[in-house]
Amino acid sequence: MSSSTALATVGGTRTDARNDVMAVNAAEEQYVTFTVGSEEYGVNILSVREIRGWTPESRLPNLPDYVRGVINLRGIIIPIFDLRARFGGGATSVTKRHVVVVIQVGERTRGILVDAISDILAIGHDAIKPPPDVDGGMVDAEYLSGLYTADDRMVTLLSVEKLFSVENSELDSATKALPALERAS
Amino acid sequence: MEDLSRFKQTYFDESAELLEVAEAGLLRLTPGEVDSDEVNAIFRAVHSIKGGGGAFGFTELVAFAHEFETVMDGVRNNTVPVTTELVDTLIRANDLLGQMLAYAREGDPAPAGTTDGTVAALRRHLSGGAPQAQAPAAAPAAPAPVPVYADDEDDEAGLFGDAMAAIAAARAEEDPVPPGKLRWTIVFRPRPDLLMSGNEPAFMLRALRRLGDATVECHTDALPTLQTLEAELLHLSWTVTLLADADVDLDKINDVFEFVADDCDIRITADAPPPAAPEAPPPVTDPLPVAAPPAVVAAVPEPPPKTPGADAPKAEAARPRPNGGGAEHAGLTSHTIRVDLDKIDRLVNMVGEMVITQAMIAEHVRELPPGEFQELLEGLEQLAQHTRELRESVMSIRAQPVSSVFSRMPRLVRECAATTGKEVQLVTSGETTEVDKTVVENLVDPLTHMIRNSIDHGLEGPEERERVGKPRAGTVHLSAQHRSGRIVIEITDDGRGINRPKVLSKAIEKGLVQPGATLSDEEIDNLIFLPGFSTADQVSNLSGRGVGMDVVRRNITSLGGRIGVYSTPGEGSRFVLSLPLTLAVLDGMVISVGEERFVLPLTNIVESLRPKAADLHGLVGKCDVMMARGEYVRLVYLHQLFGIPGAVADPTRALVVLVETEDGSRLGLVVDEVLGQQQVVIKSLEANFRRLDGVAAATILGDGRVALILDVAGLREMSRHMDSRAPRPPSSPVAALPAPALEPV
Repeated sequence: MSSSTALATVGGTRTDARNDVMAVNAAEEQYVTFTVGSEEYGVNILSVREIRGWTPESRLPNLPDYVRGVINLRGIIIPIFDLRARFGGGATSVTKRHVVVVIQVGERTRGILVDAISDILAIGHDAIKPPPDVDGGMVDAEYLSGLYTADDRMVTLLSVEKLFSVENSELDSATKALPALERAS
Repeated sequence: MEDLSRFKQTYFDESAELLEVAEAGLLRLTPGEVDSDEVNAIFRAVHSIKGGGGAFGFTELVAFAHEFETVMDGVRNNTVPVTTELVDTLIRANDLLGQMLAYAREGDPAPAGTTDGTVAALRRHLSGGAPQAQAPAAAPAAPAPVPVYADDEDDEAGLFGDAMAAIAAARAEEDPVPPGKLRWTIVFRPRPDLLMSGNEPAFMLRALRRLGDATVECHTDALPTLQTLEAELLHLSWTVTLLADADVDLDKINDVFEFVADDCDIRITADAPPPAAPEAPPPVTDPLPVAAPPAVVAAVPEPPPKTPGADAPKAEAARPRPNGGGAEHAGLTSHTIRVDLDKIDRLVNMVGEMVITQAMIAEHVRELPPGEFQELLEGLEQLAQHTRELRESVMSIRAQPVSSVFSRMPRLVRECAATTGKEVQLVTSGETTEVDKTVVENLVDPLTHMIRNSIDHGLEGPEERERVGKPRAGTVHLSAQHRSGRIVIEITDDGRGINRPKVLSKAIEKGLVQPGATLSDEEIDNLIFLPGFSTADQVSNLSGRGVGMDVVRRNITSLGGRIGVYSTPGEGSRFVLSLPLTLAVLDGMVISVGEERFVLPLTNIVESLRPKAADLHGLVGKCDVMMARGEYVRLVYLHQLFGIPGAVADPTRALVVLVETEDGSRLGLVVDEVLGQQQVVIKSLEANFRRLDGVAAATILGDGRVALILDVAGLREMSRHMDSRAPRPPSSPVAALPAPALEPV
């Protein structure tokens, strides 16, 4: 199965990268980069728990299209977010070659669906450029932690904490009760 | 005979181990520093060998072991100094004990004089080192039968200590004889010279314990003063209260004393079980005359063979336990153990994974050609059964009666009553209802709050109550019960009920409800669960401290439970909490809608049916209802609710699963197919994501895919909003009616 081979190879890469990170200069941090369409994104390697091939998800009802659904990660249930859809590019039509980057955000584990893993980069703090002043409303710049130039490519570094900060469930259930009352008026 | 040799074998095996224990201890014995634990261990080893040997009539062995033991006793009491010579002597003695055991095993008498030298050496230490050591008068060293002396080793081992504890426990309960059991009272008063014949009363007491729950009382009244104490004589007697199964009869008890019947006085009486006859514990001062009202008084057993152990067929009863009392005591004292909750959680998790694996195998096996794998299928069937049982036992480890929470409430009520100046009476019922520990723990806060609330808001003051013709003291009733796989907890008060006009105006004032809205009584009552809602005119000490009923509801829903309120003005309010018994596993029905699969909790399902066109009706253009068993039930299209493409939309071609919420209201869920019943492990969706409407949790199906577990009451809520929001083509003038069909029928 192609997906499992993919998993094995990327998984291996990841382990090596983990070992490398120990030896790396303190001023540098390692980033896992991946592509979505023609764009390249990066997340800090320390938040990446594993990289796995695509497995079919179970859909969740009534959620924005970038929430693809949930999968079973060895007994725990994690949501899968579609990065392309998150940036307004529509839902990814997945193939077995697509990749899920499993990310640890605080207590929570999530998966991000991307097209392919591209690289592991050691990036010094100085080399990270702040995101440009984007017109308000075009890009919600909160989740951009910086830009980096690798050769001729631009890598958009993402803050995973903010990228998929799902609504608080308490907030959610509180707002839920209200429409019931309003409609009666 | 065969039996006896088996016991002998056990004795020799255990003795061999004990010899090793003793030797290891002796080798660690350093002159000058005496480790009392070490010394005790050696002493016990030797003592046990001696005791067992006595039971089998190995008199030479016993005589020698006794010498050895006496010296060890001296060491233990610091009357025999530990010197290098002593240790050497003791090690030699230990070796010799092994030899004696070997002779006994072969059934050969030891050559005359075998032990002489060592005995002499041992005695030298005894007399030389400790003038005050009561060296027993020179017993003939070799083959001649040697008296066996009393010692208090067993007492030190805790035998009687345990017995006293057991007596205390039994007395505390004063329990009547349970059905099917018999209570025997055995008064066992040995003659003082019982020990001389190599008998150990402890063995008999242990044998009695093996027959049932024995409560042993030791009578020390005959103990002489220290000056007149004869260490070789037995001054103790015992009363044993034995709670045994009905198949334990007089003969079995008599068998215990078979070897000693000549040397003691025994009275055995039985209480008849059901008329729990007042048990008259024999007065300590004079244990012999037993007052046992409706009792069968047994005769002293017939004389047993003179040589114990020689050819006794019933050796079982007096089976020696050479390895000391330790194991026996452990079994008696601890019926419970404390376990780290984490360990249980891991166990629960593992069982959960096992349930998934089992389901996975079952799924694959279903695809095999039938008939060819009969044994596999049978094995799988058994596995399923075992898994279920395992699951239940593991779950029951965590179960705890709700009384641990309920018992905290009387104090709370007293305090609240004092603060508010109201008279309150708390009635509880169903305290023994068992629920998972995590559920119980999470009940404390909601219950505390709700009881406070009931007293503060619900109950009137005594004067007001008298005015309206109620008793001065208000009653708060707290109850728990199991209902269809869930626990239902109710808090009922007989107060004034919810003041609906006030609640409504407060809600409008706070902008929670738009002015001019018409709400049903039930809807108004439920307003109290909204965040930010408080009817307290002023913040009192009790309620209104920022903790509202919304927090209560949130606590309950986070446990997978629901809360409902039912109120009658002037008569009181009733809060009903419905909670799952455990948070880990549930019995579910797997259903499919389009490509998706869901799990419905089995407890919610009434039946599933395929409706005929004639059964279906539209209700004021708002929703579809179905006639099912003489009742109209509202239909909820799951694919609509969840936006699932490719599902069967026509109810006559789909299936309708009739579900019922805890409050009894029914709903018809339109689904594509019902795939089958399955145990599922509840996995949190919130741990890594968040709560979803209409979804209680998630689970992993046999193929490893995730399925959502539906929350029926949540679905009902969702569909209410859905029906009113989604405009349906024929818009009706009565569109604002609160959907009537969803009220309980």
